[in-house]
Amino acid sequence: MNETMEMKLRDVADYVDTLKLEGKDQEVKRSYLIHTLHKAQEIIGYLPVEVQKLIAKKLGLHASEVYGVVSFYNYFTMKPKGLYPINLCLGTACYVRGSGPLYEELKKLLGVEEGEVTSDGIFSLHAVRCLGACGLAPVLMIGEKVHGRLKKEDLPRILEEYRQLAKTQNV
Amino acid sequence: MGKYKQFILICGGTGCSSSGSGDIIDSFNKALEEKGLKDEVQIVRTGCFGFCEQGPIVKVLPDDTFYVKVTEKDVENIVNEHIIKGRRVQRLLYVEPSEKEKIEEYIKMPFYKKQIRVVLRNAGAINPENVEEYIANDGYSALAKALTEMSQDDVLKSISDSGLRGRGGGGFPTGMKWSFAKRAKGDKKYIICNADEGDPGAFMDRSVMEGDPHSVIEGMSIAAYAIGAQKGYVYIRAEYPLAVQRLRKALNDAREYGFLGENVMGTNFSFDIEVRLGAGAFVCGEETALIHSIEGKRGEPTSKPPFPANSGLWKKPTVINNVETLAQIPVILLKGADWFRKLGTEKSPGTKVFALAGAINNVGLVEVPMGITLREILYEIGGGIRNNKQFKAVQTGGPSGGCIPAKYLDTPIDFDNLIALGSMMGSGGMIVMDEDTCMVDVSKFYLEFTVDESCGKCTPCRIGNYRLHEVLERITSGRAVIEDLDKLEQLGNVIKDTALCGLGQTSPNPILSTINYFRDEYVAHIQDKKCPAGVCKNLIRYDINPAKCVGCTACARVCPVQAITGTVKKAHVIDQDKCIKCGACYATCRFGAISKI
Repeated sequence: MNETMEMKLRDVADYVDTLKLEGKDQEVKRSYLIHTLHKAQEIIGYLPVEVQKLIAKKLGLHASEVYGVVSFYNYFTMKPKGLYPINLCLGTACYVRGSGPLYEELKKLLGVEEGEVTSDGIFSLHAVRCLGACGLAPVLMIGEKVHGRLKKEDLPRILEEYRQLAKTQNV
Repeated sequence: MGKYKQFILICGGTGCSSSGSGDIIDSFNKALEEKGLKDEVQIVRTGCFGFCEQGPIVKVLPDDTFYVKVTEKDVENIVNEHIIKGRRVQRLLYVEPSEKEKIEEYIKMPFYKKQIRVVLRNAGAINPENVEEYIANDGYSALAKALTEMSQDDVLKSISDSGLRGRGGGGFPTGMKWSFAKRAKGDKKYIICNADEGDPGAFMDRSVMEGDPHSVIEGMSIAAYAIGAQKGYVYIRAEYPLAVQRLRKALNDAREYGFLGENVMGTNFSFDIEVRLGAGAFVCGEETALIHSIEGKRGEPTSKPPFPANSGLWKKPTVINNVETLAQIPVILLKGADWFRKLGTEKSPGTKVFALAGAINNVGLVEVPMGITLREILYEIGGGIRNNKQFKAVQTGGPSGGCIPAKYLDTPIDFDNLIALGSMMGSGGMIVMDEDTCMVDVSKFYLEFTVDESCGKCTPCRIGNYRLHEVLERITSGRAVIEDLDKLEQLGNVIKDTALCGLGQTSPNPILSTINYFRDEYVAHIQDKKCPAGVCKNLIRYDINPAKCVGCTACARVCPVQAITGTVKKAHVIDQDKCIKCGACYATCRFGAISKI
């Protein structure tokens, strides 16, 4: 395990401590599991086995129970994501306005399949169900920014924007 | 609203924010500062106006001007012309497509004329992050009335008399649900707000949470008082960051003002609310699954009974209501059950929010009285079908609902009529489909969703839906036989009868309703090996008409698999064995020489 990961694990541990769950009922502790996993994924970017074990210990659960929850919910991932994860909406409103072909085009442009990270580490591709921005269909979300009313021709420009952004951040 | 003479309301909902309303607000602030108008004109960042199609939206009060598709560049113009000189900026007004006329005032817009905004009363009218604006619009006075003038039973009676039915999909009478929980024995009771809006294409709950979070908090507090709960949870999608942030702010403000916490408003009623994030599991919209998720478990449903009203969160009596249902509660208490019953139909009183999306001109959120017809919603409010195409169907109820064809457009919408048509109300998503949509492909799309989202606990849903999907896959790739249609119907009905929870019990609806109304499309796929809408790739064939082809070579150059051959200035040919039906040649040809069948 490298140093940054150790640091991040410590951050997660510190966060769980701020919840002041010591001595509380087991069922109350457990009710903070999904909440804690969200926080951990925010800190680390994904949920490696190490952090699942750590959270299990802190909340008085077996590691398999934590894994059961992580693997059940789509929002949680055990694989690292790219610097800018691309979430393309394949919800109904976007689908009937042509997000299917956009998804194929993105796969081609990025050279990755669902859930994979590009070789330069900048992007990862994820199909999601409805971002609730149906008025702008079809949409994709990069970070917290929604790009709407997309056409195939827009994609290279958007990707380039983020590649440049990645450069300025020295990644 | 005090000393200000004019107000500029700018939509801060998700749709408009994504198209830059944040920058527009900054520009307005700057422009007003420069002109020394900061003390006369107030800028309000509101919740969603509903007219997402035309965003970003800016509304100017008191003269009720509604500007659409505003950009940062227009800000100076609006300030100079409208705010300073009092002249409306004509080019930014909404133009009604059918009449080609600019509409100056908000209330005259066809999109809003037929709407009655009860749930959305404050969305687009107040700053959702300012509790004082909510209070100024009668906010928290229903809670005050309940706590000081009404007994628990008075509140229950009022909600029962109103006939309010749950807006989350099932349409169960809210008053009855509350009465069960009130009567149930338990040292603790809970109220949960289901804000896990998972139907693709539905965004009404999100807009209520973003545009008027206090109405949900007030509704929950009233419910808590009525059933005797001390604690509430809002279970909200993690995919809605703006809604989560506004809700958290609203909860803090409510605590500070004494609307939540110990001894609410100085009475002996104590109640508080916590936020719990969902994690992307559609099945968690089901009550028992949602409860397990809050408990920190996998979101798998359990069989009912026992119902949550008797044994819910940590086996205590629990009421689960959807966002839209809760947002109605304060209005019902203030205006009375009789007022509410005057809206809507006898069996489905009140209004319902629908999210219009898909192939329709005016995409957005609309709130209409129950009993309105689909035609009124789609054509009068929704502005008709996009690009003058032919209407094919409207899908309601998300993955649990069905597709309704043109011949039922005049059916009055309520819970029972939609079920009779083989669809359902669901949370209120309405996806419009035109002639370019293939109904078999749509069923397959929904089935993919259900197969993905099935939690796997019960066999009918886990394996049955998988099998349905396999059959649809065969049909869309031209490998099916006509008996497959019977198989779909038989298996679909078995799944409906035997699945454990609402997800499985409704998952075959998209297939069954499309077979019922669009059987000919299925038959065309199976017998003629053709997709009438030209969507299913394996059934499409591209050909070059030698009479029209001039041999410009453009198609051969764009073909990714080198399936097109021919020499310059001579007609080209497509090798059908190599063709992957990507359509690149079809899109490139400028001479109309390529046909698609």
